[in-house]
Amino acid sequence: MASADVHPASEPARCVFLFRRHLDRIRTRAGPFTDPDSFSGEAVAGAMETMKILVIGAGGLGCELLKNLALSGFKDIHVIDMDTIDISNLNRQFLFRQSDVGSFKAEVAAKFVEKRVKGVKITPHNCRIQDFDEDFYMQFQLVVCGLDSIEARRWINATLVNMVNEDVEDSYKPLIDGGTEGFKGQARVILPTVTSCIECQLDMHAPRAAVPLCTLASIPRQPEHCIEWAHVIAWDQEKPFPSLDKDDPEHITWLYQKALLRAHEFNIPGVTYSLTQGVVKNIIPAIAATNSVIAAACCNEVFKIASNCAPFLGYPDNNYMMYSGNDSIYTYTFKHEKKDDCPVCGNLARKLDVDPTWTLRELVESFAVRPEAQLKKPSIRAQFKTLYMQSPASLEEQTRPNLDKTLTELGLTDGEEIGVTDPAFATVSFKFKLKFKQSD
Amino acid sequence: MLKIWSMKKEQQKAENAEGAAGGGKKKKVTAAQLRVQKDLSELSLGSTMKTEFPDPDDILNFVLYIEPDEGMYRGGRFSFTFNITPNFPHEPPKVQCREKIYHPNIDLEGKVCLNILREDWKPVLNLNAVIVGLQFLFLEPNASDPLNKEAAEDLRLNREGFKRNVRTAMNGGSVKGQSFEKVLK
Ligand SMILES: [Zn+2]
Repeated sequence: MASADVHPASEPARCVFLFRRHLDRIRTRAGPFTDPDSFSGEAVAGAMETMKILVIGAGGLGCELLKNLALSGFKDIHVIDMDTIDISNLNRQFLFRQSDVGSFKAEVAAKFVEKRVKGVKITPHNCRIQDFDEDFYMQFQLVVCGLDSIEARRWINATLVNMVNEDVEDSYKPLIDGGTEGFKGQARVILPTVTSCIECQLDMHAPRAAVPLCTLASIPRQPEHCIEWAHVIAWDQEKPFPSLDKDDPEHITWLYQKALLRAHEFNIPGVTYSLTQGVVKNIIPAIAATNSVIAAACCNEVFKIASNCAPFLGYPDNNYMMYSGNDSIYTYTFKHEKKDDCPVCGNLARKLDVDPTWTLRELVESFAVRPEAQLKKPSIRAQFKTLYMQSPASLEEQTRPNLDKTLTELGLTDGEEIGVTDPAFATVSFKFKLKFKQSD
Repeated sequence: MLKIWSMKKEQQKAENAEGAAGGGKKKKVTAAQLRVQKDLSELSLGSTMKTEFPDPDDILNFVLYIEPDEGMYRGGRFSFTFNITPNFPHEPPKVQCREKIYHPNIDLEGKVCLNILREDWKPVLNLNAVIVGLQFLFLEPNASDPLNKEAAEDLRLNREGFKRNVRTAMNGGSVKGQSFEKVLK
C-alpha cells in the first residue's frame, strides 16, 4: 500500500536506503527488552547518530567493522591503522582495490565507506594507537578493535582501564574486541574495571614461541632458535640491508643462510627456507568468512550497547563468544571471570610458584614461557631490591651478577612481591607474589 | 546507553560490604616503583647519554650524563640528578644539573627550566620524555624561557658572542664576573 516510497536510483544506494528503514524499525520501537517507562525511539536514534565510535584496525576485520557500523546508523566513526595496503590484502580486505596498493588502509577504507554510505563521517588516523594519549581516547563512547596483535590489544585495554574515573560516568568506555585466526575467532565485550578485561583473558590466547634473548644468544636448542637468532641478533649486528623486508626473498635467504650456519655450529637439524619464512613472518592464515562472522557479532554488540535494544555481552553475565568453523560451525558463549589479581584491572599481585633454589636467570627465563606473561625482555625488582634490569645499560651491568644467584641468596622471602616490566608491553606491568616451593 | 554505570555502583556496594580483603603485610611493590621500573626498562639513551645509579636498589635516585655531540655545548659532559618522589607519576621527577654552567634555561644552582618538569607535566609522560627534553636544551637553548637571565639576554642580543661565552664557561673560565666549572672532556 505505502508504495509512494521514493527509492534512490543506484543499486548500492537503494540497498542502504532499505537497510536504514529496517534499522529504524528496530531502534525506534520498543521491544521486549526495552524499559517501557523510559523508552524513546527518537532519543535512541538521536543518540546513535551523535555517538563517536573508534575502530582500531582497518584490515580484514576492520573493513567489515567499518562497513557494518556505517550501515548500522553510526555517523561519526574514527579509524586508526598504521599499515599500508599490500597486494596480498586484496582477497579479503574488500574496501581496497589494486590501485590502492601502497596507500594507508585507514584512509582508503574511510573514503570508500563514506562514498558508499551517505551521511557517515569517517576520520582516518594513519598511525599507531600508542601515538595518542588519554585525551584522545576520552572523546569516544565506544571502542571497537579488529586487531591481529595481542600487544596492541593489551595496550588499548590498559589505557581504557586506566582512564576509568569512578566519579565520571563518561570515563567508562566499553571495548568490543574481535579476533580471528584461520577458521576460529572470538567476539568479546569488556566493560573496563567492571568485567574481565583483555589482560584477565590473556590465557585464552595460545602462547607464542617467545624465547629469551639470552637463550638465543648463548644456547640455542631448536631450529627456531637459530632462525630467531639470525633475525633478532645477527641482522642487527651485520645490517646486510638497510631494513628488513620480510617479503623480500633475498632478505629471507640471508636469514636462512645465517640460521643454517648457526644450526651447524650447534648441531641442530631442521632449519629450512620455508621454516625461516614461517618463523620470521609469524604466518597465520586469514579467512574472509571468519572475519565477516566475527565483525558481524562485534557490530551487533555495539548496536545493542548503543541502542539498549537487547542485552549485550558483558551484561548481565556472558561476555565472551567463541566461534569455530573448523568442523561445521560452532559457537559458545560464556562468562569469563574477572581476575582479582589482574595486573591491569585488579590491584593484587598474582601468585607465582617458585623454587627458592632457582637462580634469578631461571626465574627470568620462566617469564618467557608463562602463557599469561610471555615476556621476552623482563626486568625484575622487589620493593627494596633491584634484581635484574635489562635497561638502562649501567643498571643492567650492575644487576647482571644477580642472575647467577639463587632467590634465597638475593634475600627474597616467601610471600614477597616482585614487579616485572617489559618494554614490549608499555602500559602493562606485572606484580607477582612469590610462593616458595616447600623443600623437604 | 550505559547500564555500566549502575553495574559499577552495585559492584562497589558489594565490595564495601565484604570489607577490605586481607592483604598481607609482606613487602609490596608500590605503584610509583613499578612505574619507574617500567620507564627505565623502556629508556632509549643513544650514544650521548648514560645513567649512573649510586645504589642500584634505589631506582628513584640516579644521575644522567649528557655529552652533546652537536650544537653549542658539543664536547661537554653534563650531569643531572634525578629524584623521583613516591607520588610519581602524578608528580614530575625532580631534576637538577650538578655542574655550574652558562645556559639560559639552567641557573647557577643547577635548576632546570623545562616545561614538562613543571607546568606541562602529565602522568602519561615518562622519564624518556624528560631525558629527551634535557637533551634538547643543549641543542636549542631557549632565550624566551630564561632561568639565567643574563645568559638568555646574551643569546638573544648576540648569538656569536653567546657561543664564545659558552665555550669559555665550559672550559672553566669566567663570564660576566662568574666563574664556571670545566665540563669539557
Ligand atoms: Zn583484567
